[in-house]
Amino acid sequence: MSSDLNDPTGVDHYVAPTSTTTLVVDAVRVDEKPSNLWSDAWRDLRRRPTFWISLLVVAIVLLMAIWPTLFTQVSPTDNCQLADSNGGPTDGHPLGFTFLGCDVWARMVWGARTSLTVGLLATIIGTVIGLIMGAFAGFYGGWLDSLLSRVGDIFFSIPYILAAVVVMSVFSTNRTMFTLAFAIGGFAWASTARVVRAEILRVRQADFVTASRALGQSRFMTLVTHVVPNAIAPLLVITTISLAAAIVAEATLSFLGVGLGSNVMSWGLDISAAQQSLRVAPMALIYPSILLTVTVLAFILLGELIRDALDPRARARR
Amino acid sequence: MLGYILRRLLQVIPVFFGATLLIYFMVFALPGDPILALFGDKTPNDAVLEALRAQYHLDQPFLVQYFYYITGIFQGNLGVTFSGQSVNDVLGRTLPVTGRLAIMAIAIEFTLAIIIGTVSALRKGKIFDNTMLVIALIFVALPIFVLSFLAQYFLAIQWGWFKPTVGAQNDWGDLWLPAIVLGFSLYATSMRLMRGSVIDTLNQDWVRTAYSKGLSRSRVIPTHVLRNSLIPVITNSATNFGVLLVGATVTEGIFNVPGVGNTLFQAIQKHEGPTVVSFVTVFVIIYVLVNLLVDMLYGLLDPRIRYVK
Amino acid sequence: MSDMAFRTTSSRESAREPLLSIRGLRVAFDSQSGTREVLHDVNFDIFPGETIAIVGESGSGKSTTASAIVNLLPGTGHVTSGTILLDGEDLTVYSKAQMEDVRGREIGYVPQDPMSNLNPVWSIGFQVKEAVRANGIASGKKDVEARAIEVLKQAGLADAEKRMHQYPHQFSGGMRQRALIGIGLAADPKLLIADEPTSALDVTVQRVILDHMASLTREKGTSVLLITHDLGLAAERAERIIVMKDGEIVESGPSRLILENPQHPYTQRLVAAAPSLASQRIQAVVEDRGVQSLADVADAAPTLRVRDLTKDYKIRQGNFRSEPFRAVDAVSFDIPRGKTLALVGESGSGKSTVAKMVLKLEDPTSGSIEVDGIDIAALSKKETFNLRRRMQPVFQDPYGSLDPMRNIGNTIAEPLEIHRVGDAKSRRERVRELLDQVSLPQSLASRYANELSGGQRQRVAIARALALKPDIVILDEAVSALDVLVQDQVLQLLSELQSELNLTYLFITHDLAVVRVAADLVCVMERGRVVEQGTVDEIFASPTQEYTRRLLDAIPGASIPLGGGAASGL
Repeated sequence: MSSDLNDPTGVDHYVAPTSTTTLVVDAVRVDEKPSNLWSDAWRDLRRRPTFWISLLVVAIVLLMAIWPTLFTQVSPTDNCQLADSNGGPTDGHPLGFTFLGCDVWARMVWGARTSLTVGLLATIIGTVIGLIMGAFAGFYGGWLDSLLSRVGDIFFSIPYILAAVVVMSVFSTNRTMFTLAFAIGGFAWASTARVVRAEILRVRQADFVTASRALGQSRFMTLVTHVVPNAIAPLLVITTISLAAAIVAEATLSFLGVGLGSNVMSWGLDISAAQQSLRVAPMALIYPSILLTVTVLAFILLGELIRDALDPRARARR
Repeated sequence: MLGYILRRLLQVIPVFFGATLLIYFMVFALPGDPILALFGDKTPNDAVLEALRAQYHLDQPFLVQYFYYITGIFQGNLGVTFSGQSVNDVLGRTLPVTGRLAIMAIAIEFTLAIIIGTVSALRKGKIFDNTMLVIALIFVALPIFVLSFLAQYFLAIQWGWFKPTVGAQNDWGDLWLPAIVLGFSLYATSMRLMRGSVIDTLNQDWVRTAYSKGLSRSRVIPTHVLRNSLIPVITNSATNFGVLLVGATVTEGIFNVPGVGNTLFQAIQKHEGPTVVSFVTVFVIIYVLVNLLVDMLYGLLDPRIRYVK
Repeated sequence: MSDMAFRTTSSRESAREPLLSIRGLRVAFDSQSGTREVLHDVNFDIFPGETIAIVGESGSGKSTTASAIVNLLPGTGHVTSGTILLDGEDLTVYSKAQMEDVRGREIGYVPQDPMSNLNPVWSIGFQVKEAVRANGIASGKKDVEARAIEVLKQAGLADAEKRMHQYPHQFSGGMRQRALIGIGLAADPKLLIADEPTSALDVTVQRVILDHMASLTREKGTSVLLITHDLGLAAERAERIIVMKDGEIVESGPSRLILENPQHPYTQRLVAAAPSLASQRIQAVVEDRGVQSLADVADAAPTLRVRDLTKDYKIRQGNFRSEPFRAVDAVSFDIPRGKTLALVGESGSGKSTVAKMVLKLEDPTSGSIEVDGIDIAALSKKETFNLRRRMQPVFQDPYGSLDPMRNIGNTIAEPLEIHRVGDAKSRRERVRELLDQVSLPQSLASRYANELSGGQRQRVAIARALALKPDIVILDEAVSALDVLVQDQVLQLLSELQSELNLTYLFITHDLAVVRVAADLVCVMERGRVVEQGTVDEIFASPTQEYTRRLLDAIPGASIPLGGGAASGL
C-alpha cells in the first residue's frame, strides 16, 4: 500500500506529504491595525487624488462664501459703470465686466455665499425631514409606514423644482434665503426618505437587531443604538449628493427668476442676465457657469467617492 | 397581474388627489389674498381678476374650493391664463410641440445610454469606460440651463450648425438642438444606471450557467444580460420624467420653443402666478400618469409580477 | 511534489484510458496587490462511467477546480500552468469557440443554487430550448420543442408540456434543480460536473434528486464529477473521493478506503468531525449522560415546558384576500434542566417560529410556554424584561448576528448594558471572562466583526448570549452555516459550556445527523406539527413514523460506518 501512496493518479490510495505544522482549525488572524468601517474608508479615500482635488475645490468655494474679501477687493454691486458694459479683462478686473458694468469675478466670488447658504439650508431641511420620515416608516412599519410612504409618494410626484417654483411664486413678496431653502428642502426630502427607509428596512431584518430585542431592549432604543449608526454611512452619501442638487436647484430657480430677489447675487441670476449679451460677450456667462459646474461636480464626486469607500461589500472578509 | 394593476391604480388615486391638493393648498390656504399675491407686483385688469376670483370660488371654504377645482379638472376645464385665454386652448397648441421634443429627447437619451452603458460595462475599467464615465459625470454636474446656453453659444452662434432659437414655426427638424441638449442632459444619469445594472447582472449566477450550457457570448449578452439590465433603467425612467419636465421648461424657454414648457417659463418670468399654478398642475398630472404607465410596463417585463405563484 | 516521477498506473487500469486527465493544474487570480495562486498542482483522472467526488471545506479549491475544467473561472481567474486532457485533447489551449463547443455537448454543468442559476425573466422552456439548440441536438422549432419536453420529462418533471411555459419562480426548489440537471444532461455529455447540486435543498428532496441523477448517469454511462462539502454524501455517491484543502489535494482514493482508513491528518479530522448516524453524542467530560429513555428524565422538573403551542398567520394573497396560515400546530415538549432538545424539521416546518415564541419575540395564538413552571404569557412588562436574562438566542447567520458598527467588546457587553449590570470596570472584566470561555483571544475586544471568520463570529455570539448567565440558550441553526471542522469545534465548545454552566439548550436544526452528536432529546416537526419525539437513541434506532424514517434515510452516507474513531476523540 505505501508504495502507491505517492501516485496521485492511480486508483490506489494517494496521500499528500504532510507539513510539520499542526492543523489548527479556524485560527484567529487579525490585522496589525484594527479596522472598522470608518478607518477603512478613510484609508481608502486618502490615497485617491480625486478625493483631495474635490475637497480642495469645496474648501475654496467655502472660503469664498465665508470670506469673499480674501478673493477680491472689488465691490460686486457698487461702482458698476455702464461705461464698462461688456468690457474685456483689464487691470484689477481679470474676467471683465457684465452687461451692467459690474466686475464678473467679484460677482462670482460674492455669489458663492448665496449658493452655498441656500444649498446647505435646503439640504439640512430636506435631510432632517427625510431622515425622520424614512426612519419611522422603515422601523415601525405597519400603518405608520403606509401613511408616511403615501405622504412621501405625494410629495415625490411633484418634481421639487416645479414645486419650489409654485411656492416662490406665491411668496413673491417674501423671497428670503429661508423661504427658498424651505421651498427646495420641503419637497426634496421625499427621495431621501425613500433611501433611508430602504436602508432601515435592510438593517431591521439583521439578526443583531433581533438579538437586541431578545434582550428586552425597547424598539426605540434599538433604533437609536443599532439601526441609526448603520444608516449613517448611506446618509452621509445622500447628504453630499443632495447638497450638489440643492445648489443646482437654487441656481436654476434664480435663473428662472423665482429665486432670491434681483438685488441678491446669485450665479444663476448672473448667468441668466448674461444671456442677452451672449453673442457679444459670452465670457460673462461662461465664467460663472464654469464655477457653478465645477462646484457641483466637486460635491458629486465627493459623495460618490465616499459611497465607494463605505461600501460594505468591499470590506467583508470571509 | 390583474391584482398588481388594480393595486397600482388604487395607489395612484390618493397620490393624484394629494398632489393636486398640495399645490392648491400652497397657493390658496395661506394667509393673504392669494390672487393678488400671485400677481406679485403687477396689476391685472379688473375683468381678469373677477374671472379668476369666480373661477376659484374664493368666497367658499377651502375644501369646497378644492372640490370645484378638481371637478373642473375632470370636466376638462383647467381655467384661464393671465391673458384670459383658456388653458385648454393653450394646451392644444403647445402640447404636441412639447410631445415631439420629449420623444426626440428620450430617443436620444435611451439610445445613447443603452449602447454606451452596455459597452462601458463590458469594458469596465478600460479607457473607453473611464472616458465615458468622466463625460457622463460632467453632464450630470452641468445644470440644464448652463448646458443650453453653452450649446446655444457654441453649436448655434459660433459654429452655426443649428439655429439658436426655434421660434413659432417648427416641425421635427427644428427641434434638434433643444432635443439634443435635453437628451444629453438626461443621458448621463441613465447611462450610469445602465452601466451599473449591466455590471451587476454580469455577476449573476445565471449568466455563468448560460455559458456552461455552451452558449456563445453573442447570445448570452443580449438574452441573459441586457434583458435583465434594462428593467431598473426603465423603472427609473419614471422618476427621470420629472427631470425631463423641468428640463423641457428650461430648454423651451431658452430656445424659444412654443411648447407647454415655454408657456410655463414665460409665466414664471412674467410673474403670472395663476398661470404658473395651472401649468405646474398639468405637468404633475402628466407625471403621475407617466409613472402609472411605466409601472404597468414593469409589470409586463418582470414575470414575477405577471404571474404570482 | 512536482519533481517526483509519476508512477505508472497499476496494471488493471492500463486497459482503460481516462476520460478526463488533469496534470499539474495551477490557477491564479489577479488583484491590485498582485497575482495569487489558489490551486497548486492538482492532478487526478476521471474514467468513463465512473463517479468521483471532490470533498473540501470552503476555500479548499474544489469549486475552482470544477470551474477551471470548463474555463468558467469567475473574475480574473485563469489557468497559469498544467493540462486538462479531455479524451486526449488539452482544453487549456482551446479557443473560445472550441470551448463553447465542449461546454454542454461534452461536459455538462449543474450549479448549486437553483434559484439564482435560472434567469427569472425567461420561461423554463426557453432556457431548456436554448441548451438544446446550442448543442446541436435538434433544430427547427418543432424538433427543439419536442426535445426540450423530453429533457424535462427525463429529469423527472411530470406534465412537462405545461411546465415549459412557466417561470422559475413558479417552480419549487427541487423542480428547479431537476430542470438544471436536465439541461446539464440534455446533450448526453461524456462528463457531468455537479457543483454542490443539492446543498440548497431540503434533506428529503436531496436524496430523491441525487438518486434520479445517479440513475440517469448510470443509464447513459456519463462520468460524474461531484463537488461537495459532505463526506457522507461523497462516500455514498462516488466510487472515488478526492480530499482538497487550501488548493491542494491532500488525499485521494476509493471511497470506502478513505472513510475507513484515512491517512492524512486533515482527512482524519474531517472523518472524525463528520456527523453521521454512527457517531456518538459529543461528551465534554467522559461521563455517562444517562439519558437512555424518556423515563430517565421524567422526575427532573422541566426548565422549559411548551404545551399545545399554536401560531396562525394571515397571508395576503395577490387579490386582496388574506388566508390564515397555521405555522405551528399544537406543539408540546419538555426540556429538563441541563439537557439539549433538538427541534428538527425541513424548511416550512415551523421550528423557527417556535423559537421566536419561546423567546417572546412573537405571541402565540394559543398554548402555553412555561419557564420553571411560570407561564411567560402572564408576566408583566418588568417581569418579562427580567425573564429575558434567563433565555438568550444564538442565530444562524454569522454575518448578520454582529453589529458591524460595534467592536467585539461592546457587542458582548450589550446585554450587561441593557440590563444595567455592574459598572464599566466590572463589565470589561466580564467581557474578558467570556472571551476566555469561548476560547477567543482577549485582544479581540477592541476589534470589529469584519476581521473574524464565520466560526469566530458565532463564538462571539455565544459569548454575548452567555453574558447574563442565562439558564436557557436557544440555538437557532447556530452551526448550520459553518464548515464541518469549524462546526465540530463549536459543538464541542457548546457541550463544554453546557457541562460547566448547567445550561439547557433548545437546538433547532434541519440536519438530523448533527442532532446525533449534539442532542439528548429530539422533536421532529413537519408542517407545523410534531411528528415524533423521544430520546436520540430511541428515534435513531427505532423511528415509528414514516416522515422520521424518511428523514433518517435521507441523511447522506447513513449506512456507511466511519472509521478513525468518530467523535470520541482521536
